[in-house]
Amino acid sequence: MDEGRKIRVLVAKPGLDGHDRGAKVVARALRDAGMEVIYTGLRQTPEQIVAAAIQEDVDVVAMSILSGAHNYLFPRVMQLLRERGVDDVLVVGGGIIPDEDIPGLKECGIAEVFTPGASTADTVKFIRENIKR
Amino acid sequence: MDWQEIVSRALARDIRAVSRLMSIVEDRRSGFEAAYAAIYPRTGRAHVIGITGPPGSGKSTLVDKMAAEYRGRGKTVGIVAVDPTSPFTGGALLGDRLRMQRHSLDDGVFIRSMGTRGHLGGVARATSGVVDVLDAAGYDYVLIETVGVGQSEVEIASLADTVALVQVPGLGDDIQVIKAGVMEIGDVFVVNKKDRPGVERVVAEIRMALDLAGNGPGRGRAYVGHHGPTGATAGTVDATEAAPWRPPILQTMAESGEGVAEVCDTCDAHICRLAQDGALVERRLRRAKSETMQIASDLIWRGLADDPRTLEAAEGLAWKVARREMDPYAAGWSLRGLIVD
Repeated sequence: MDEGRKIRVLVAKPGLDGHDRGAKVVARALRDAGMEVIYTGLRQTPEQIVAAAIQEDVDVVAMSILSGAHNYLFPRVMQLLRERGVDDVLVVGGGIIPDEDIPGLKECGIAEVFTPGASTADTVKFIRENIKR
Repeated sequence: MDWQEIVSRALARDIRAVSRLMSIVEDRRSGFEAAYAAIYPRTGRAHVIGITGPPGSGKSTLVDKMAAEYRGRGKTVGIVAVDPTSPFTGGALLGDRLRMQRHSLDDGVFIRSMGTRGHLGGVARATSGVVDVLDAAGYDYVLIETVGVGQSEVEIASLADTVALVQVPGLGDDIQVIKAGVMEIGDVFVVNKKDRPGVERVVAEIRMALDLAGNGPGRGRAYVGHHGPTGATAGTVDATEAAPWRPPILQTMAESGEGVAEVCDTCDAHICRLAQDGALVERRLRRAKSETMQIASDLIWRGLADDPRTLEAAEGLAWKVARREMDPYAAGWSLRGLIVD
């Protein structure tokens, strides 16, 4: 009888770059696809992102990084989620991520990485098809 | 985790369980009524404060600063921040948390964002349930931030013990403040962005509106304008006096935190006063009544909307009404007869 389920997504900008246009475009696209998007803004630490994801009970964490620190920040978020026992959240990433880094990120649990040129429709579709609950 | 385990862990303030329980209540997932029944006896202990006001008046920033102030006093704080859901797509961008993220690593603060999901009135249908989860989990204060309100979103008055109405200079003339609606529900008036021009005028207009209210029926209280100068803080409100509560008008600059401690003091003074003169019982009774009536009305409506027999009858009646063979009231009674009998 789950009457009112909506897909809840945390959109976050980990690390120190100040470029949030991409994150805002994605946030808006997810909103227009009928999802509830919690936007936490710039310069979030992995700890803050994980705490917010837990309090908001989101289905998806979507992170955008343009600083080049993705090989540290993405795995760190995955590690913290595991430490808190959270295994039912879909985590996706986006930003300027070199192709050769993507396999490693997927290895550590990032479900998909969307790089420049990816369409928001694909992101929406991926989320709908892959949420874990 | 089944719901029994979620409930027992939520009552022990396990963050993940609190959060999951909120989703169960908000989405009305199966078993939610039993889960809610299990936590309900533990509610009624938190001081629930509603923060309402127009979009951009600084509600989120004020909530953020009030949470910091109460934390500094050793209290725990739950925050429920409501933003509008799109009536077109059903989606929502919940952005209040943006201004509160510095609390996210503090276990004494729990922040939850909600979309209105089609509910009008300034909050979501499930806001009261989410507030109850925080209350049952033992948070000392629950701050509810409403959507940015216009003039008639007054539902917060039936959810909160204390309503703080935030105003800012430059929004309109003095007729705006004597219109019916939100202006009637403030227990505490906060004039934010006090560095802006026109602040004295807003304060004067609110004061005048409160004076004019005289013995007005706002929330069943009489406003007898005999308390000293407005701008009175908790210190000047004599709680032992039998006079009715006159909403103080405070000036703040939430961004810098200026005046926020006085807002917290005044909210505390307000609930003390309510407790002393018996109005708290009355107010909570009113909340219980409106909640119960709302649920009954939802159940009746759902009985109507879910039953194919009534849907078919409704269709037939609609045709009659459209052809002017029957008036809508007669059709309404006829439909009601189908479910009540």
